[in-house]
Amino acid sequence: MKILIILVIAVGIAALLQLGRVYDLTAKLRKTREEEISFADNKMNAMLWLVFMVLFYAGVIYLFIEYGDYLPVSASEHGVGVDTLMSFNMIIITIVFFAVNTLLFYFSAKYYYKKDRKAKFFPHDNRLELVWTVVPSLVLAIVIIYGLQTWNAMTGEVEDGALRVEIYSKQFDWTARYAGTDSEFGLSSYNLITPTNPLGIVTDDGIEEVTAEIEGQVDKLKMELAYERGLLAAEKEELEHQLHEADHHGHDHGDHEHAEGDDHHGNDAWKDVNMNRIAEIEEMMESDKATVLTEAAIEAKREKIYRLELQLQRILGLDNNTIGDVMEWEAGLDDQVVRELHLPVGQEVEFIFRSRDVIHSAYMPHFRAQMNCVPGVPTRFKMTPTITTDSMRMITDNEEFDYLLLCNKVCGAAHFNMQMKVVVQSEEQYKTWLEQQKTFYVDESKENNESEDVSPADDNVAEPADAGDQTATID
Amino acid sequence: MADHAQAHHHEESFISKYVFSMDHKMISKQFLITAIVMGIVAVMLSILFRLQLGWPGESFGILETLLGKWAPDGVLDRNAYLALVTIHGTIMVFFVLTGGLSGTFSNLLIPLQIGARDMASGFLNMLSYWFFLLSSFIMLASLFVEGGAASGGWTVYPPLSALPQAMPGSGTGMTMWLLSMVLFVVSSLLGGLNYVVTIINLRAKGMKMTRLPLTIWAFLVTAILGVLSFPVLVSAVVLLLMDRTAGTAFYLSEIHIAGEALPVTGGSPILYQHLFWFLGHPEVYIVLLPALGISSEIISTNSRKPIFGYRAMIGSILAIGFLSFIVWGHHMFVTGMDPFLGSVFVFTTLLIAIPSAVKAFNYITTLWKGNIKFTPAMLFSVGLVSTFVTGGLTGIILADSALDVNVHDTYFVVAHFHIVMGMSAIFGMLGGIYHWFPKMFGRMMSTKLGYAHFWLTIVCGYGVFFPMHFVGMAGAPRRYYDYSNFPFLDWVMDLNPIISTFAIIGGAAQLLFLFNFFYSIFRGQEAVQNPWKSNTLEWTTPVERIHGNWPGELPVVHRWAYDYSNPNYDEDFVPQTTPLKAGEEEH
Repeated sequence: MKILIILVIAVGIAALLQLGRVYDLTAKLRKTREEEISFADNKMNAMLWLVFMVLFYAGVIYLFIEYGDYLPVSASEHGVGVDTLMSFNMIIITIVFFAVNTLLFYFSAKYYYKKDRKAKFFPHDNRLELVWTVVPSLVLAIVIIYGLQTWNAMTGEVEDGALRVEIYSKQFDWTARYAGTDSEFGLSSYNLITPTNPLGIVTDDGIEEVTAEIEGQVDKLKMELAYERGLLAAEKEELEHQLHEADHHGHDHGDHEHAEGDDHHGNDAWKDVNMNRIAEIEEMMESDKATVLTEAAIEAKREKIYRLELQLQRILGLDNNTIGDVMEWEAGLDDQVVRELHLPVGQEVEFIFRSRDVIHSAYMPHFRAQMNCVPGVPTRFKMTPTITTDSMRMITDNEEFDYLLLCNKVCGAAHFNMQMKVVVQSEEQYKTWLEQQKTFYVDESKENNESEDVSPADDNVAEPADAGDQTATID
Repeated sequence: MADHAQAHHHEESFISKYVFSMDHKMISKQFLITAIVMGIVAVMLSILFRLQLGWPGESFGILETLLGKWAPDGVLDRNAYLALVTIHGTIMVFFVLTGGLSGTFSNLLIPLQIGARDMASGFLNMLSYWFFLLSSFIMLASLFVEGGAASGGWTVYPPLSALPQAMPGSGTGMTMWLLSMVLFVVSSLLGGLNYVVTIINLRAKGMKMTRLPLTIWAFLVTAILGVLSFPVLVSAVVLLLMDRTAGTAFYLSEIHIAGEALPVTGGSPILYQHLFWFLGHPEVYIVLLPALGISSEIISTNSRKPIFGYRAMIGSILAIGFLSFIVWGHHMFVTGMDPFLGSVFVFTTLLIAIPSAVKAFNYITTLWKGNIKFTPAMLFSVGLVSTFVTGGLTGIILADSALDVNVHDTYFVVAHFHIVMGMSAIFGMLGGIYHWFPKMFGRMMSTKLGYAHFWLTIVCGYGVFFPMHFVGMAGAPRRYYDYSNFPFLDWVMDLNPIISTFAIIGGAAQLLFLFNFFYSIFRGQEAVQNPWKSNTLEWTTPVERIHGNWPGELPVVHRWAYDYSNPNYDEDFVPQTTPLKAGEEEH
C-alpha cells in the first residue's frame, strides 16, 4: 500500500516535470511574453467577470431563498426588536453588496485593455469624494442610532418583580437555580462544591460535610507522608548522625571540661527522645502502612495539603450576612436546583450567569439571547419569553421542537454537546412544575424520602451523553 | 585598491547570500517561502477538519494515515479537531498574513520604492527573520507534543488556556504556543521599527511623503500599528505564562475544576480579553492594510489610470489605523461588559465603515474608464475589492451590539472575517507575488496558470465562506466538532458537505500556484526591467537584483507614482524619475 502511494507520488512528480517541459517548449515556440496580455485574454477575463457575477449572484439569491428564514420568529420580547433591526441592516447591506459588486464587476468587464484607447486621466474629484464620505456617514448615523436604541432597550433596568434565575455552567453541562419561596438566592461558594451540591450552596451542614472531607483528606495525605520510607530513612539517618556527633564530641572533650560534662547530662534526655524516635521509625518502616513515593509525588502531596488547608481557611472565612429579610445561609435552604430551565411566558426573567471552571457562553438563539459565563465574575442578561414551547411547536410545525440553551464559547472536548433544554410554559404550568422540584434542603422528618441525599432534581434530564469524561468529581 | 577590496567583498558565500543574508530582497524571499510553507500547513489543517465538519463521524483513511492516534479508525478525535482549528487560525493570522505578508512585501518594496539602498538596519532585519523562523518551528513542533497543540481557539482565552487540567491541549502545547508567540512579537517589533525608520529617514531625493506610493503608506501605518499594539500582546501572553507556571492569578478567580477548588482568587479572565484584543483588533488591519496598499498599486498600474483620490486614500489608511485602536471592545459585547461602554465601541467601530467605503469607491472609480490589463495580479486585486466590500458589510451587523448578541461566535463571524480578512489579505498577497515576482526572481510566472488559479480560488473562496453566513444566522456556534446533537440545525447542516467540497477543490487549486511559483523561480521566462510599465522606482533597478539596488547614483524623484495616461505624455505611464515638463503641474 505504502509502495503504491510512493509510486503514485513519483509518477505525479514525473508528470509535472514533463508538463513543465512541454510548457517550456510551447512558450518558446509561441514567443509570447508573459506580461503581454493578449486582446483575447483580456476579453476572456472581462467576460469571466460577468459570468462570475451571474453565478455568484445566483448562488447568493439561492441561499437567501433557501436559508434566509434563519430562525423561527423570536420567542422573546426584545428579540422582536433585534429581528427588525437585523432586517433593516440586512436590507441596507444587501443593497450595497449588490450595487458595489455590480459596479466593480461591470467596470472590470467593460474597460478591458484596447491598444488604441487611452484611459481617462482622473486623479481626483472633490465633489465625488464628498458624496461617498457623506452618504455612508448619514446611513451609518441611522444604523448607529437605531442600533443603540435597540441595545439600550434590551440592556435597561430590570423590572421590579422580575423572576431571577441563576445559570451555572461547568465542563460540560448546565444547572439552573431558582430562589424558592423567599425569592433570595442563598450564598454559594466554589469551595463547597460537591457532587451533591454542584453549586456550592452554603449551609451549616454543607460546611460541616466539606470541612470534614477536607480534614480527612489532609490527615490521609499527612499519614502517607509520615509513613514514606524515603522520608523516614532520611529522618532516621539525621537522628543517628546527631547521636553519633554527640558521642564523638563527648569522647574528645568530655574529660577536660566539666562544664560541658554537665551539659551532657542535660542532653541525655534528647538522646532518649532520638532513640525512641529511631525505634518508632524502624517500626513504622516495617509496618504495612509504609509507603514509597517519588520525590515528585511527595512534592505533589505537600502542595495538595497546602491547597486543601487554604480551602479550609476560605471556608471558615465565609460570612453569613443578611439579604432581604433572611440570612444568606438560610436563604439557600429553599433554593431549587434543576437541570432543565422552565420559564413562565410573558414574565421578565433576569438571568445571573456563573461558571465554576472556564468561560462558557449561554446562547439561546431562539430568544436572541447570549451572555458569557465567566468564572469569578457573575454576568447578567434579562429577557421576557413571549411564546410557549407548545405554541412554538405549532409555529414551527414540529412536534419535537424544544428551546435550547447551548454553550457558545469553546470550553473543551465536549463543548459541542453542552446543552440544556428550555421550557416556556403558562404561568400555572410553570408554578406546578416549580412546586414539584425539590428544595436544596430536604427536611427528612417531614418528607421521609426514599433517598438520603439532597441531590438536585436531576432526574428530569439525564446527564448529557458526552459530559462524562471530564466531569468533576471530588477525589 | 579600494575598488578591488569592494569587488572582493561582493563575492558572497552561499551562507551569507542565502542564509544569513542582510539584503532586504533576500530576507523578503526568506519570509515569503517560510510563509508559503506555513500556509500549506494551515490550508491542509483546514481541509482535515473540514472533512469532519462536512461528513461528521465518517471514516477517512487519509486522516488516520496523517494523524495516527488523533484519528482512530479514520475519524478525527474531538480534541484533535480543536487543536487543528486553533493552529489553523494561529498560523494563518500570524505566520502567513502578518509575518508573511508584511515580512515579504515591506522588506521587498520599502527600500525599492522609496529609493534606498537597503533597510536602515540590515542586521535587525535579519534578526527579525530568524526570530520569525524560530517561532514558526516552535509553533509547528507544538503539533507533535504530548496532549497535542494548543486547542482553545486562536485567541487562547484563559482559564481554558491557563489550566492544564481543563483540556489536553492546555499542557505543553499551550506553553509552546505562548513561547512561539513571544518570539513572533520580537520578530514583528524588530521588523516594524526598521520599516518605520527606513520610510521616515531613507527616502530618495524628491520622495516627499505626498509622493510615496500607497503601498509604502500602508506599510508605514501597518508598522506603526504593530509597534504600538504587539507589546500589549506580549504582556497578555507573559501574564498568562505566569498564571500557568508561577501560580499567579492575573486571569483566574474562584475556580473549581477536576474536583478541586483552586487556591487562586482575585484575577479576571476578562482582563486577558481586553489585552488580547487591544492587539487583536489592530492586528486585523495589520493584516489588511498591506493587502490594500498592494492592490492600490496593482489596480492603478493595470488600469493604466492614476489611483483615484490619492490623498483620500492616505487619509483613509490613517483613519483606519487610528480607529483600529479604539474598537477592540466589539469582540467583547457578551462578556458582561457595561452596556454603556458597549455603546461607545458600537459607535467607534461603525465609524471605520466610512474610510473603508471611501477606499472601496475610490478603487471602483479607478477602474472606471480605465484601460484594464488583466494580469493575474490584477484579477486578484479586483477580487480583493469584492471580498473587502462583501466581508466588510457584514461587519456592520457584527459591530451592532444588539445584533452581535445573537450571532456572536457563530459561523456568521467565521464567514465575516474569512471573507474580509482571510480572502482579502490572501488575495493581496497572491496579487503581490504575481506582480513583483519578476523583481524578486528575475523571471516571470505563467499568466495562463495564474488565470486558472485565480478563478478557481475566488469561486471556491466564496463557495466556502458565503454559505457560512446562513449557517451562523441559523444559530450554529463555531468550534463545534459535530452538530448532530442539535436537530434545530439539521436543515442548514446540508450546506456543510458543499462547503467542504469547495474547500477541498480550493485547496487543490493552490497546487497550480505552488507549481507555477517554484517552477518559475528556476525555469520561468526571463523578465525585462519594467514588465508592467509601472511608474514606481523598483522598476528602475536592473533585473539582476544587485546589492544596493541601483548600480550608480540613487534615483531622484520628480513626481507622484500615479501618472498613468497623463494627457501631457504620449506613453501611458510616466516613471517617478521623469522631471516635470515646463509648466506641468503635479497631479
